[in-house]
Amino acid sequence: MINEGVDKSKRQFLTSALTVVGAVGTGYLAVPFLSQMQPSVKAMAAGAPVTVDISKMETGQLLRVEWRGKPVWILNRTPEVLETLKSLDSQLRDPKSEESSQPEASKNPGRSIKPEVFVAVGLCTHLGCSPTFRPEIAPHDLGENWKGGFFCPCHGSWFDLAGRVYQGVPAPTNLEIPPYRYINDTQIIVGEAPEEKGA
Amino acid sequence: MKIGRFAQTGNWILARFPLAKVWEEHMTHYYAPKNFNIWYFFGSLALLVLVNQFVTGILLTMNYKPDAKLAFDSVEYIMRDVHWGWLIRYMHSTGASAFFIVVYLHMFRGVMYGSFKKPRELIWIFGMLIFVCLMAEAFMGYLLPWGQMSYWGAQVIISLFSAIPVIGEDLSLWVRGDYVVSDATLNRFFAFHVISVPLVLVMLVFMHIVALHEVGSNNPDGIEIKKYKDENGIPLDGIPFHPYYTVKDIVGVAVFLLFFATVIFYMPEMGGYFLEHANFIPADPMKTPEHIAPVWYFTPFYAILRAIPDKFAGVIGMGGAIVVLFLLPWLDRNPVKSIRYRSGFYKKALLLFVISFFCLGYLGTQPATPTATLFARIFTVIYFGFFLLMPLYTRWEKTKPVPQRVTEEHGFDEQLPALLEEITELKPATDLEIGDPAFRSSFFNRRPNPDGIVKVITRLAKNLKESLD
Repeated sequence: MINEGVDKSKRQFLTSALTVVGAVGTGYLAVPFLSQMQPSVKAMAAGAPVTVDISKMETGQLLRVEWRGKPVWILNRTPEVLETLKSLDSQLRDPKSEESSQPEASKNPGRSIKPEVFVAVGLCTHLGCSPTFRPEIAPHDLGENWKGGFFCPCHGSWFDLAGRVYQGVPAPTNLEIPPYRYINDTQIIVGEAPEEKGA
Repeated sequence: MKIGRFAQTGNWILARFPLAKVWEEHMTHYYAPKNFNIWYFFGSLALLVLVNQFVTGILLTMNYKPDAKLAFDSVEYIMRDVHWGWLIRYMHSTGASAFFIVVYLHMFRGVMYGSFKKPRELIWIFGMLIFVCLMAEAFMGYLLPWGQMSYWGAQVIISLFSAIPVIGEDLSLWVRGDYVVSDATLNRFFAFHVISVPLVLVMLVFMHIVALHEVGSNNPDGIEIKKYKDENGIPLDGIPFHPYYTVKDIVGVAVFLLFFATVIFYMPEMGGYFLEHANFIPADPMKTPEHIAPVWYFTPFYAILRAIPDKFAGVIGMGGAIVVLFLLPWLDRNPVKSIRYRSGFYKKALLLFVISFFCLGYLGTQPATPTATLFARIFTVIYFGFFLLMPLYTRWEKTKPVPQRVTEEHGFDEQLPALLEEITELKPATDLEIGDPAFRSSFFNRRPNPDGIVKVITRLAKNLKESLD
């Protein structure tokens, strides 16, 4: 090979140019490759709202429905429970739900549109297990401080019956409240936000 | 004529492919230290289990259906209706646990004899990458039967990503391919489990071995055999890998298969540790099992995750427990490799680490009660303390003199006859027994000697205490 009199800077330029063009091309190709792993259009569209009839619910009863593959709870709270909820603020991490996820209509102390009917996504905000419904007060396994609520068996997070998280447990925020609205007094539609007032 | 043609074909190939060269370089002319002990079986055993997982795994894909509606039933179909399907499936599921047993022992060997130290840092890094790949492989494989534990285990582990600030939520959504663990997740985990990760794994194993054969194997004395060579340039303390270690490893394989087959045939679920009970119930997205725990090989890391009462910090702790292992070659500042010549302090620290690793593993299988959490926190501190304080306590260690050449070790088989002699005493035969042919054997004429047993136990205890100093 004769390298004499060769303009090496031209070679260097070609090498660099090819590297840059190749990198850009790879970058473009990475977009479809990576985004094919995003939820598909079908999966995104599958979030159809679910209509639930709550007329047959008794006080204190919990109803589980499936929405977007997630468990959604509908709980008919007793007046005693609503009374207890008011006294818990000091033990909770986010009693006013400032850092938690809920529609505007549910951002109140009871975290619901109507005080007695509580609707929430039944997945722990820690690592996504479905907490168990433990309405009894001070059961043997949970101790005297248990005022009734949801207990996550996976990592021991405590939530009250408004889905608000206690202090000192792994879950960072309150249970998520899905968008929902009342069609009439006995029917709830989960997955649709209430119509704006005055709209 | 026939032989001539055979040799001709051989030469034809050898002229075109360096078969003989590779064989010589890595087998007949690869010189390994002659003082390997029982701990040196686990590398070749890991390779054996890898082959087992490949063969049984490929056979399983022939009947398995990666579809949320069909997966659970197709596994039951393999178990009940496919000829020998139960055997193939149990070989694969037991193989997963066996893989981790073998790899954990292999890693511990490396820590014990300082095999990660200069010049073998890269071998350790490749090995750690293999370990991480193996964990990914095992985790994704566990989703495929689509049982309750598969489902909720995956839900929990994928949710770990969501703890990462800013990008976490989008990242876990991208991993799942849906808003919850679903058919999309199952399908992609299948693709990763059978194609991507195994390919990476094989490449890493290849690099692990290439790097090892470049610098040569370490040994229980932790000294470099390449320092003393004969006139032909062959290490004086080295013996060719083939036939010496290939034959030795066959013995290891036979013993391993004995245990492996026992588990496959008599206890494939291993009391819920290898295959968890909740996984015999089909996945139900509406209901989490009362008690969820990962398979045993993840439980030490899972216990660390649960011990930390903050979501993001917990994830960092769990990841850190693995990252810190990668850094081991640079954390241990002591030039002495083998534990045989390390200080009593280091030996005790290592013992404490092993105890805390086992305890974390146990705690990870148990429900998180306040007491269990307290203990998990203590052991988490010990786990990290062992590694993070290493730069301090290994620097001022009082080590023992390291020999120049490898030392001879008297094997247990050599000591056994003398030991038997010591713990038993000769029982004079009664008149009645003298005529009985069974009592002609000297073995049946001996009975346990309490004094001898006490003496042996005290000596063992004393030796153990001394060896820790």
